[in-house]
Amino acid sequence: MLTEQEKKEIEEEVKHYPYPGVACLDALKIVQAHRGWVADDAVRDIADLLDISSEKVDGVATFYTRIYRKPVGRHVILICDSISCMIMGYEPVYKHISAKLGIHFGETTADNRFTLLPITCLGNCDQAPAMMIDNDLFNMITIENIDQIFEKYE
Amino acid sequence: MEKPLTKHIKPDGSQLNLKNFVQDGGYEPVRKVLKGMSPAEVIDVVVASNLLGRGGGGFSAGKKWSFVTTDKEREPSRYLICNADEMEPGTFKDRMLMEENPHQLIAGMIISSYAIQADKSYIFLRWAYKKSETVLRKAIAEAYEAGFLGKNILGSGYDLELYLHTSAGRYICGEETGLINSLEGKRATPRDKPPFPAISGLFGKPTVVNNVETLSCVPHIIENGADWFRSISLTGEGGTKLYGVSGRVKNPGIWELPLGATMREIIEQHAGGMMDGYKFRGALPGGASTDFIIEEHMDIPLDFASLVPVGSRLGTGTLIILDDKTCPVAFLHNLEKFFAKESCGWCTPCREGLPWVEKILESIENGTGKEKDIETLKFHTWYCGPGHTFCAHAPGAMEPLQSGLKYFHDDFMQHINEKHCPWRS
Repeated sequence: MLTEQEKKEIEEEVKHYPYPGVACLDALKIVQAHRGWVADDAVRDIADLLDISSEKVDGVATFYTRIYRKPVGRHVILICDSISCMIMGYEPVYKHISAKLGIHFGETTADNRFTLLPITCLGNCDQAPAMMIDNDLFNMITIENIDQIFEKYE
Repeated sequence: MEKPLTKHIKPDGSQLNLKNFVQDGGYEPVRKVLKGMSPAEVIDVVVASNLLGRGGGGFSAGKKWSFVTTDKEREPSRYLICNADEMEPGTFKDRMLMEENPHQLIAGMIISSYAIQADKSYIFLRWAYKKSETVLRKAIAEAYEAGFLGKNILGSGYDLELYLHTSAGRYICGEETGLINSLEGKRATPRDKPPFPAISGLFGKPTVVNNVETLSCVPHIIENGADWFRSISLTGEGGTKLYGVSGRVKNPGIWELPLGATMREIIEQHAGGMMDGYKFRGALPGGASTDFIIEEHMDIPLDFASLVPVGSRLGTGTLIILDDKTCPVAFLHNLEKFFAKESCGWCTPCREGLPWVEKILESIENGTGKEKDIETLKFHTWYCGPGHTFCAHAPGAMEPLQSGLKYFHDDFMQHINEKHCPWRS
């Protein structure tokens, strides 16, 4: 069941569009903002609310990388693995993080603190390698400064 | 040297607020257009300025606008969309324009919307650009407050709404019809063309999609005229360009230079040359989907026309440098992995071809590649190339590969013959 708050926020988006189905991606983002990820029942509930098929909602949900169809940790670490960050050495930093947290790309730590994912070019190529944690951007990450960065995310 | 795009920006790069921008005369071109120019006159000036699309396509912005009908009886509404989904690997120019001078973009959008008589406009912003989002939300609110957006702008009778839309990831959203589908809440699969968006775009209405840098040029063209815009470039293509450099150079960054600056000037004068101990081997001139240029191309003007005869293109104008301590096979493997991952999966050559290319490059990099693999890669540069796919994604992916195979053939053969990567110990 969608909460009253979720429904209210989705219906607010629907008002801006010529037909309700346009709000599909907005609805997925709203549910994820409240719950951290989008489960099967939420896909069905969004479909009912917007009067489109649940297959269509799932097609949209699975297309976009920033909609999570599996649970994620309290914080999501996104490491840029694109070309400029490769040249400037994201790989040793990734290996350090992976060993430190005991997880690879696509996995979540046992204590549910971090999920580790790769991300396409963050547009900080002149200050590579780059990384995001939740909504925060970090430039010129090194093996030396990672521990300090992680301290802020409990 | 004139630098219209960056002249308002504060030295510390902090956001220009509405007051600063108005004091600098930044909104005067909007006033000039709404008070005294017809939409057709605006289009004529922009066509004459030879403003070419800065997102990488290089198509005349004014001509793109001219394809839209302004016959309100036939078609009552039209849309302008700003493509701010900057996600081309190695590209970081639109971020600067949005974070440091958001009102210049808004002014450009008002004028461009007026030219096609759009009543609604959108900024399609990449989700990861959190600072741009904060800055733009504030700037849009300020522009509404001051009467530059909304009903009856500056008493002219012209109405325009501007919405900020943040995306949910995927490179293919930068393809203009994929972007339109995404804005409609669908998968960002590109659409069949024709009809082009100018005829049938967002919600089936005439739509123009322009890049952030393109739209940011527009107020300056209105303020100073088409002849001025053409005069500030070094070649026949109008205007300045934000050129960038990333990789192993001393001073990576972004600079506004006259269109047609050379790679030598950009790397040596602005980026400070290569880092000590590193040698230049080649560069992608405008993001991941452009062909390599090498040492012999150092003095070619980097504009839309001059790079075509040497088999490349300007793209986004942000150079990615390949140095001698980076393996060219690993470089290409990284690029093709990106393209394979970001394929929307709609058409077979792209969905199946790109992962195959990636696997072959991986095997060569790991020392298990065969000489025949080179032929398979060359076949793919044709098979996934222009005319064989639904959109420009796979052909773009093949550009660095085809030129990489040409310029770095010996490096490929060394991997195959020695059965390991010479760059790995």
